[in-house]
Amino acid sequence: MTVAISVNNLEKVYASGVVALKGVSLQVQQGDFFALLGPNGAGKSTFIGILSTLVKRSNGRVQIFGRDVDTHVYRTKLDLGVVPQEINFSQFEKVADIVMTQAGYYGLPRKLAAQRTEKYLKQLGLWEKRDVRSRLLSGGMKRRMMIARALVHEPRLLILDEPTAGVDIELRRSMWDFLLEINRAGTTIVLTTHYLEEAEQLCRNIAIIDEGRIIEDTSMKKLLLELDTHAYILDAEADFDRDLRHDEPGLSLHKVDSHSIEAVLSGGRDINSAIAVLDRLGIRIVSMRNKANRLEQLFLSRLRAGENQNEKRDG
Amino acid sequence: MFSDHRLIAFETIVIKEVRRFMRIWTQTMLPPVITISLYFVIFGNLVGSRIGEMGGFRYMEFIVPGLIMMAVIQNSYSNVVSSFFSQKFQRSVEELLVAPIPNYVILSGFIAGGMARGLCVGFIVTLVSLFFAELRIFSPLIMISVVLFTSLVFSLGGFINAVFANNFDDVSIIPTFVLTPLIYLGGVFYSIELLPPFWQLVSRLNPIFYMVNTFRYGILGTSDIDVAWAFAMLVLFAVLLFGACIWLLRRGTGIRS
Ligand SMILES: Nc1ncnc2c1ncn2[C@@H]1O[C@H](COP(=O)(O)OP(=O)(O)O)[C@@H](O)[C@H]1O
Ligand SMILES: [Mg+2]
Repeated sequence: MTVAISVNNLEKVYASGVVALKGVSLQVQQGDFFALLGPNGAGKSTFIGILSTLVKRSNGRVQIFGRDVDTHVYRTKLDLGVVPQEINFSQFEKVADIVMTQAGYYGLPRKLAAQRTEKYLKQLGLWEKRDVRSRLLSGGMKRRMMIARALVHEPRLLILDEPTAGVDIELRRSMWDFLLEINRAGTTIVLTTHYLEEAEQLCRNIAIIDEGRIIEDTSMKKLLLELDTHAYILDAEADFDRDLRHDEPGLSLHKVDSHSIEAVLSGGRDINSAIAVLDRLGIRIVSMRNKANRLEQLFLSRLRAGENQNEKRDG
Repeated sequence: MFSDHRLIAFETIVIKEVRRFMRIWTQTMLPPVITISLYFVIFGNLVGSRIGEMGGFRYMEFIVPGLIMMAVIQNSYSNVVSSFFSQKFQRSVEELLVAPIPNYVILSGFIAGGMARGLCVGFIVTLVSLFFAELRIFSPLIMISVVLFTSLVFSLGGFINAVFANNFDDVSIIPTFVLTPLIYLGGVFYSIELLPPFWQLVSRLNPIFYMVNTFRYGILGTSDIDVAWAFAMLVLFAVLLFGACIWLLRRGTGIRS
């Protein structure tokens, strides 16, 4: 099977000194629908910027469909379509002109460019808006126009940077359907997001990036199985100052502030075991609430896993 | 000049550039035409009739070539600096940067756009000047080639300005504080024979002085300078600036982080 993206030990230090990527290695197979998930500032846009040459990498290697981006500049650019996170088209031009112009930049003859522009504007529901100046489009329409623009040269690989940020739920659904459709038709898709739900709906494989490092690289299925953890915030009757160490398996306790504790349960453990452990430690619980955000849980469990390993190594 | 898809990319950039300055013609074409027409009326017609002759010609005839050059210089420069900076500002320059277009094609596209506007305004101004003075052309070849090279050089200058510009002030600083004085002191309105020797020498350090004089030579057949030397200088400037632009594009200065 061909590898669509192969990235090796990618590092990026911005001129400001910010270290955005700290040795990222990643592979995305041809035909995949791949999610790069991570919180704001994790380095997702930097990663995409490097693939599209807008960001200069400090170190590492990038190959697109087996070709090095340094030695096959033109070919790798032809294979790639990018939908950026921030709006990057002229606000004063008409929708169709923007897409046509992009086709011209990719060397498409006028007639073909016009056909493709019509095709993709229609598919994205923007054909009626073709003569509207782009600044008058709604947020969701702007995003869809950028998708049409990225597809006009029919790249084999489409990368979308937080495509549904600011897009309302209904439109989000139809955008998802559209992306699934072109993926089925053979286009490899990579999208970044900070919503696990989005990745879950669309993607077969997923990598999680945090602070410039890949902390997980797996299939969506496996990740969801692992995600069978629950987190709660427990409030103690009074302030306490105890060490929360314990030997109960599948339970991790963590002090949040002077009188509350976060309990993360996995492997079928229930909340009673947490309360029992705390009781043994002499801490009485008066109330609790569910910590619902699965992504946060995910990061917590990842980070805990990392910390535990470090502790083991240190010990 | 370019292979197929590069030619298409080049045309696309040029069409986009021309469409831009045509769309906002009230900001790009109209003001220079009005300003320079006013120069014709005031300096050429009203004041000029009292001045009499300059360099052996009626004052009006003397300033027409300089004013046409002024139009070409200012408009070539400001088209490229405004357009490229505004693409940076709106980030639409990224559309170009992600596409498989070599840097020399990107640069050529913007330069052609700048030259298109410079020459367009220059042409209109020339037409306007026909109301005030007879246009006899001494050497069409010299006239046209110097105007092309000048337009090229200042389009390239505008590009470099845009690469380094971080805000709209940076776009107008050079035209206001450098270009305009150099043009005014470049012998547009007077022959440097009128100046004391020291200031004649200083004038000769001003590149625009050579361009204006060569152009005037193309039209009137008379000049303060050696035309061959002026062409050599123009070619040298064009080559150096082109090289500098390509180097900046390759480094990604101001456009790739
Ligand atoms: N042009 C830039 N100059 C300096 N620092 C930047 C630049 N772009 C991003 N960063 C920094 O790099 C880090 C990663 O940013 P980014 O790649 O945008 O993350 P994400 O897309 O995951 O939110 C952040 O700390 C951000 O502030
Ligand atoms: Mg981002």
